[in-house]
Amino acid sequence: MTQTPALRLTAVVATLLATSGICRAAETITRFEAGDASTDLVIASVTDLDFMRPLIDAFQENNPGISVTYIENTSNNLDASVSSACTDREFFADLVISSSIAQQVRLVNGGCAREIGTPVLASLPDWAQWRGELIGLTYEPAVMVYNKAAFASEEPPRSRFDLIDLMRQSGSLNGRIATYDIEESGVGYLFAFQDSTEASTWGRLIEGFGRNSVATFCCSSEVIDRVADGRAYIGYNVLGSYALSRADNDPRIGVVMPTDYTLVLARAGYIPREANNPLAARAFLELALSPRGRTILDGETHLLTPLSGPVALAGLGAGEEPALRPIPLSPALLVSLDRAKRAQFLSQWRKSVTPPTP
Amino acid sequence: MTNPLTQLASGPSRSIAWRLTLLLTLLLTIAAAGTVIAALSYGQTAATRAFDRLLTGAALQIAERISVVEGETVIDIPLSAFGLLSLAAEDRIFYRIIAPGGETLTGDESFPLPDTSGNSAGPLLYDAEFSGEAVRAIRMQRFLAERAVRGPITVIVAQTLRARSELANEIVARAVIGVILAGGVTLALALLAMHLALSPLRRIERAILARDPKDLTPFSTATPREVEALVAAINRFMARLDRRVGAMQGFVADAAHQMRTPITALRAQTELAMEEDDPRKLKTLQRRIRDRAIGVSRLTDQLLSHALVTHRADMATLELIDLRRVAVEAEREARRTGGAQGIALDLPADPVMVRGDAFSLREAARNLITNALAHGQPPVSLRVGITPEGKAMIAAHDHGPGMKPDQLARIGERFARDASNPQSAGLGLAIVAEVAEFHQGSIRTARGDNGGFEVRIELPLVITPEAAPNPEDTE
Repeated sequence: MTQTPALRLTAVVATLLATSGICRAAETITRFEAGDASTDLVIASVTDLDFMRPLIDAFQENNPGISVTYIENTSNNLDASVSSACTDREFFADLVISSSIAQQVRLVNGGCAREIGTPVLASLPDWAQWRGELIGLTYEPAVMVYNKAAFASEEPPRSRFDLIDLMRQSGSLNGRIATYDIEESGVGYLFAFQDSTEASTWGRLIEGFGRNSVATFCCSSEVIDRVADGRAYIGYNVLGSYALSRADNDPRIGVVMPTDYTLVLARAGYIPREANNPLAARAFLELALSPRGRTILDGETHLLTPLSGPVALAGLGAGEEPALRPIPLSPALLVSLDRAKRAQFLSQWRKSVTPPTP
Repeated sequence: MTNPLTQLASGPSRSIAWRLTLLLTLLLTIAAAGTVIAALSYGQTAATRAFDRLLTGAALQIAERISVVEGETVIDIPLSAFGLLSLAAEDRIFYRIIAPGGETLTGDESFPLPDTSGNSAGPLLYDAEFSGEAVRAIRMQRFLAERAVRGPITVIVAQTLRARSELANEIVARAVIGVILAGGVTLALALLAMHLALSPLRRIERAILARDPKDLTPFSTATPREVEALVAAINRFMARLDRRVGAMQGFVADAAHQMRTPITALRAQTELAMEEDDPRKLKTLQRRIRDRAIGVSRLTDQLLSHALVTHRADMATLELIDLRRVAVEAEREARRTGGAQGIALDLPADPVMVRGDAFSLREAARNLITNALAHGQPPVSLRVGITPEGKAMIAAHDHGPGMKPDQLARIGERFARDASNPQSAGLGLAIVAEVAEFHQGSIRTARGDNGGFEVRIELPLVITPEAAPNPEDTE
């Protein structure tokens, strides 16, 4: 907070729940105090604070009277907290932003959200909004990261077909593939589920994962860590924002947007029905999609926005035009959350992939 | 008597065009309101039907994917079902799948079931309220007949109503816009048609306005059938006016001429009298002057009488009158104005009814008497009766030799007077002839069997059922 000395930053780290199997079972609460705070904006998010901080700073510059409380948690924990607050009709946050968009859609479908009522909606593409209550803020591709050293002599896989072939051909990738633990990570499950509906490659892919003892992790950053230090050669379905910003500073990793198709996720935000400060929340969303917000999101965080994303990513493709498939914010996402459907999908996953011992 | 023209002018003067416009607008407004009401109900129905199909389709797809594998009910909700429901892009979706035993297998456990007991196996669409919003739901049952699972599995799929009301509103809005446009165009066309249809009226109006006030010839403008009668009436009126003006002009010209001669003679005789010293000759001159003065007086009287009769011929309304009464009154009047002593009235016992103008007929009768007194030989009698041909008649009878043949030929002409008689104005029988003509009658002369001469008017006889003698008539 060097730019705005008037603001003090207090970080409160509270360990609330330690559910077994969750890498970061911690709820982190960070407060950005305003000088003489008259109102408070509570943002609940799964996004790492480092990614959101520039946006929060910009917001407080525009609104010096509003202090911001940032609650960060894993997607499933966040979903549980927000759901129970919605059911009990209690206040939890003024703004909920999550990459686990299926859960966001379910919450909105359950009537937990309120109309945002901003003219910005009109400029957003249809897939990036639903009911005027849920809007997509970012444009994050699901990418593959690879260890450059491991692929010094040969080409890294450019598509899922390449990856499948690679997994079949040699045993060199055995234990060297990392991806999300789709049972724990909302984003991981979403990408996997979308993969299964997008193309027939999914079956062969998980079969290959199983044969090569895929390692699964809760979060993109851990997958990238592994690939960077060479414990894994390939990270599959990693959030592009993390991968690209890490690749900016870390020469050891490369990023590939699969040429067969690249799923794109828009982190979705909604204002809960019980929000205390919906006006501030709306102002925050408007800022995120404003030219200034776009500049911030397109910057080093590589979060991008639905408005600027396609152009920005088109420039990254290695010669080939990426086949970008944004995941629409629509009730069709509810299917992936159906109890029975999820159980079937996970059982299929478990059958193919033997989870590593933690 | 009220003039029909002034009546017309003082009546409500709203134009036909104005009335038609008002009526058409009213009619179109009613039609438009009806259409909008119909569109409202149609829009609701259409939207409900359209989206009910989506619901049904989604429920069918879900029900189809329920199976029993190794004794377990497997529900594999197809993405396409939700894709289908997402066609209503803004609507929230709820679903619930219930096992035969009643436990919820998946979906929203608290979603309400339809009110009716599930006796019907077919799909049931119902309205409900869930999660703070009105929803439309479908309940569909699928019967599983496996060893492990037996009975109906209930699939409920529901959707909020946003897309439905949007579609309904859109349909209604379009209908309303359409109705307004169609109504406007119809009205415009109707007004145009009306304008065209009424243009003959304006043409006639212009023709009347453009006409020279002295021009009394009939209109020859082509007229639509609807106003033919009107134009014909105008033409008749013009013709009457023309006739009247013509008669008036002729009369004035004649009168001026006729007056000038006797007055000049009168002046010459007075001048002579002023210079005459011989008392005897003076006496003679005085007598002549007096005769001449009487002549002028009678001429004036008759001119006025003639003018009145002519006027009445056009204006008077005909009424039922008894000729005997006309005779009595004419005789009384003739006696009062003097010189008509000893006129005998010869009246029948029964009334002689004609349709006519009492005043004109009285004038005619009086002139008949005057004529008989002036030119015939006493005794003079006024006779009323019915001719052998069945016509009503009134006649003046005298015992003179009657008219000469050349006079008979000119009977009824104006100023056909006896040049030898300075007291004759030559208008008496002309008046009689005119009255006879306007009553569809005629003037006739006859010589009596026992001598004498008779001038009479014959008129159509009116036979009335109650033509019983009236004491007043037979006085």
